[in-house]
Amino acid sequence: MKLVSKYIDKGAGSVTLIAEEAEDMWHAYNIVTVGDTLRSTTIRKVTTESATGSVNASKVRTTLTIKVETIDFDTQACVLRVKGRNVCENQYVKLGAYHTLDLELNRPFTLAKHEWDSVSLQRIEEACDPTQNADLAAVIMQEGIAHVCLVTNSMTLVRAKIETNIPRKRKGLCEQHTKGLHRFYDQIIQAVLRHVNFDVVKCILIASPGFVKDQFAEYMLNQAVKQDLKVLTENRSKFVLVHASSGFKHSLKEVLNDPAVTARLSDTKALGEVKALDDFYQMLQNDPDRAFYGVRHCEKAADLQAIETLLVSDELFRSQDVQQRKRYVRMVDSVQENGGTVKIFSSLHVSGEQLGQLSGVAAILRFPIPDNDEDDESDQD
Amino acid sequence: MSRHRIVRRMNYEDECCDDDDDYGHSYEDRYSVSPSTAAQFTYNRDRDLSLSNYMQDEIPEETEMEMEPEAEQEATGAAAGTGLTDVQKARLQSCVEEVHSIMGDTVPEAMVSETILRHDFNLEATLNELLARKDAPKSQRTPKKRKDRTQGASNQNQQAQQQQQQQKQQEVKEVLEQQKQFLDPSAPRPVLTLSTPKRATKGFAVDTNNSFVQQSQGEDAADRLNQEVAALSVASGGDKVKNPALSSVSGAAAKGTESPSSSRPQTPQKLDHAPMGVPRSASRSKNEKIDAKAEYAKRQGDKELINLVVIGHVDAGKSTLMGHLLYQLGSVHQRTMHKYEQESRKLGKSSFAFAWVLDETDEERSRGVTMDVAQTRFVTEKKMVTLLDAPGHKDFIPNMITGAAQADVAILVINATRGEFETGFESGGQTREHALLARSLGVSQIIVAVNKMDTVDWGQSRYEEIVKKLRQFLKQVGFKEADLSFVPCSGLGGENLTKTPSEPRLTAWYTGPTLVQQIDQFKNPERPVDKPFRLSVSDVFKGATGGFSIGGRVSAGYIRPGDKVMVMPAGNIAGIKNVTVDDLTAQIAFAGDHVTLSLTGIDMSSVNIGFVLCDLLSPSHCATRIRAKIVIFNLEVPVTRGYPVVFHYQCINEPAIIKRLVAILNKSTGEVVKNRPKCLTKNSSAIVEVEFERTVCVEMYTEFRDLGRFMLRSGGHTIAAGMIEEILQGKVQKDDQN
Repeated sequence: MKLVSKYIDKGAGSVTLIAEEAEDMWHAYNIVTVGDTLRSTTIRKVTTESATGSVNASKVRTTLTIKVETIDFDTQACVLRVKGRNVCENQYVKLGAYHTLDLELNRPFTLAKHEWDSVSLQRIEEACDPTQNADLAAVIMQEGIAHVCLVTNSMTLVRAKIETNIPRKRKGLCEQHTKGLHRFYDQIIQAVLRHVNFDVVKCILIASPGFVKDQFAEYMLNQAVKQDLKVLTENRSKFVLVHASSGFKHSLKEVLNDPAVTARLSDTKALGEVKALDDFYQMLQNDPDRAFYGVRHCEKAADLQAIETLLVSDELFRSQDVQQRKRYVRMVDSVQENGGTVKIFSSLHVSGEQLGQLSGVAAILRFPIPDNDEDDESDQD
Repeated sequence: MSRHRIVRRMNYEDECCDDDDDYGHSYEDRYSVSPSTAAQFTYNRDRDLSLSNYMQDEIPEETEMEMEPEAEQEATGAAAGTGLTDVQKARLQSCVEEVHSIMGDTVPEAMVSETILRHDFNLEATLNELLARKDAPKSQRTPKKRKDRTQGASNQNQQAQQQQQQQKQQEVKEVLEQQKQFLDPSAPRPVLTLSTPKRATKGFAVDTNNSFVQQSQGEDAADRLNQEVAALSVASGGDKVKNPALSSVSGAAAKGTESPSSSRPQTPQKLDHAPMGVPRSASRSKNEKIDAKAEYAKRQGDKELINLVVIGHVDAGKSTLMGHLLYQLGSVHQRTMHKYEQESRKLGKSSFAFAWVLDETDEERSRGVTMDVAQTRFVTEKKMVTLLDAPGHKDFIPNMITGAAQADVAILVINATRGEFETGFESGGQTREHALLARSLGVSQIIVAVNKMDTVDWGQSRYEEIVKKLRQFLKQVGFKEADLSFVPCSGLGGENLTKTPSEPRLTAWYTGPTLVQQIDQFKNPERPVDKPFRLSVSDVFKGATGGFSIGGRVSAGYIRPGDKVMVMPAGNIAGIKNVTVDDLTAQIAFAGDHVTLSLTGIDMSSVNIGFVLCDLLSPSHCATRIRAKIVIFNLEVPVTRGYPVVFHYQCINEPAIIKRLVAILNKSTGEVVKNRPKCLTKNSSAIVEVEFERTVCVEMYTEFRDLGRFMLRSGGHTIAAGMIEEILQGKVQKDDQN
């Protein structure tokens, strides 16, 4: 993401940004909220009626400013779609007409808010930091199930989920098992070729329980030689075999935590998140009174200036409810003021997903606060 | 899509009597009445309606002559005399039913009807008297105490009611309250009838069972209705009197009265086991069911079938031990064995030759590790044993779970070598985990085979040491002393497997049974042969002769070629073409058998591992969310809400999320220690809600013990074992909560 200009005065103002890659759309999605005004070039179908009554429709590229009403993000295509009413009339589009902006890569857009809070500003900063860049592909598999994922800084995208039926080994009928297995491997190879851009990706993790990964890696390289798949043979060194406990998506968490991977990827955000969540669970085990989760509990702890590390899912900041958002922002600010660290988890990552399930907020405290009331939690489910 | 008719060239015969051509026509177009209307309003000789349906007055002679049941009814029903009009009889009938549904069938029918007549069909008065007289009839449908405290007052109310009943209180609850209890969906539902008093006087039971939709049954019900309204249902009424148990389940048995089932004495307890809300199988008559049991006993003969799983730490020598056992029993051909020896020597792994009997894939042989459960069968003196050789490596525990879930008994193989036993037995070793898993999955009898005794010179002290440690541990895990036995042996040398040992160093101190003798001493497990059919698919493969087959263990009921089954959770219906047990075509297979079924009428791609084949009329439950009681094992990080786990159940392993922690329980008493806990720590017991990504077929523990158990794993460790207590429909619940 590129920051072109920034004009913010007493909280209100606008920024102009240029999204450079797919991930930036995700950042943009997290910054735009309902009620903001967004200005970008777009294509609009304009119908003109001539004096004689004949209707002429044409597509025009024009710049529109809309007041945001709904925001949609397609995780697979990484497209951000913002719908709203036109607030700035021009020769084609009337005031108040509805338009849907599809934000495009490499075209500037200007976002104006009445109130820029610390979380959004931080997000912009983070998005514009070019050093934080690690693209990673991972194939998580077990016999019969495989997930081909792309892991970027703030997103984990499942590009392909392969599920096939592999006949079991049975007396005297092992060929079916082997055949099924090879068909399964072939499918994975196809998925890898299709979805992984070897120019961008730093390394490809192949993770599985048991020997599936070794077997697959061997089979894949054999096939690559046989079928002359240059991409695979050339990038041989990028494949890393890691142990995972299952072929399901949430095993990605343990894969990212594997020392072999950590060594290869310098401290990326995805990794940091996994670690922070692990710390939280560790604390919960060792000293349950120093690990809180749930909004109310965390708020209470924040009031007592007890929070050392706050884990928040970015999902919460996308809340449509302004009050709700403010509540979280306040908590984040107060923690930061008091010298605590705040980790905002991407809800697209596996760890973020888990945090989201865990009410979205969790905190590691500096000192224990006894958990006295259990009715407190009754409302949040 | 209008079609131009070329009238001139039209083939009139075709046009006019074109029977196939009823796309887009409903029945009304041609017959002007729909079948259901026709069934309701037109006279049909087939449905043995008596003409007197249409008559107002009764002709007593006719009923008297008509049937014996009437006489029977008189005999049992004492005062339920002949002097009653049809309407009165109907009222009597419904009152009796009502009384039974409230009191259970502890009171004799005769007494009930007598009392009812005395009170002039006043239900409350009757109940009052009966309850007063009868020494507190034990309610047969005491609801299970719900552990969910989120349920509101209605639940407490219900419990209070139940207590009243149990405390022999004589006053009868208001009928309305009763109704509420019936209507409360959370109430356990052995009683399916909803007979409100108003309706009761009209004389028929209203079937509230929604799933009860099959048309033929609908007609049956309609028939019954008519009959009862006219009070000429003497035959079925008689049946009822004969079999009071039936009326307590009359919802399901509405159809039951038609079928011969009523002739079979059934205890209500048995019926309680039927999945709720679903009528019992009508595809076969119950007479055949009795046959099934007898047939099962007959087929078993003197050799009982038993499913045996072999478990233990990696490299304990499980496969070698069993391979050698099979060889000694003659299940493996001499020539094959010779071939294995040659080939394994070529690979420099001659000690693995016996393991190759069970490890058949190239991968397994070259690595020398069992990966998937191997299945084979052998016969001993007293038993037919289906052997499941589970992998010991910790990454293949999912496979081991599949194996253990299908087993009745287990052999735990221990490596007696110094150091090896210790590593296997440490907290990270699989000896512990496997034993724990097997116990949690319902394996209750276990033989500990202390293997590789030759490496420790058949030392008695070493054996004793291992036995002592294991005995203590296994008892902790929950095995009973009587179900534990220990056998020293050597898998590679083949000592003490089938023949009495010849090794002098062993015979010096060991005089106990050999491994096979010990296997013969396993007690026979009870098989749920009379329950609705269930089979969890563990394998799908192409058959030799086109078509495709599925493999798995029949968990309950029985299956025969030609039967129709439902494939859940998809809900497709398939036919059974062939049943194969142990590579032999069979006419019938029972619960406990490992079978291969070839299916027809369904595509291979629509059957997956983990699907359940079940009885058409009492299909398996599909769930996306369940409530379960779990026991947490040793774990490193506590379990919180939103904790991702892998749900292992039968042949399924599905990613799941612990959605909610309902309560922590006291491990021994089951009392609630804390509601809505923050997290679950190790070695605790709790009630949680688990949600799956996809629909999964599960059964409740109360209905099918074997099918109600599951395991939760995370990060390569087994974190909990559980029992399914309740099936919640995920999506709906989620909406409610948000």
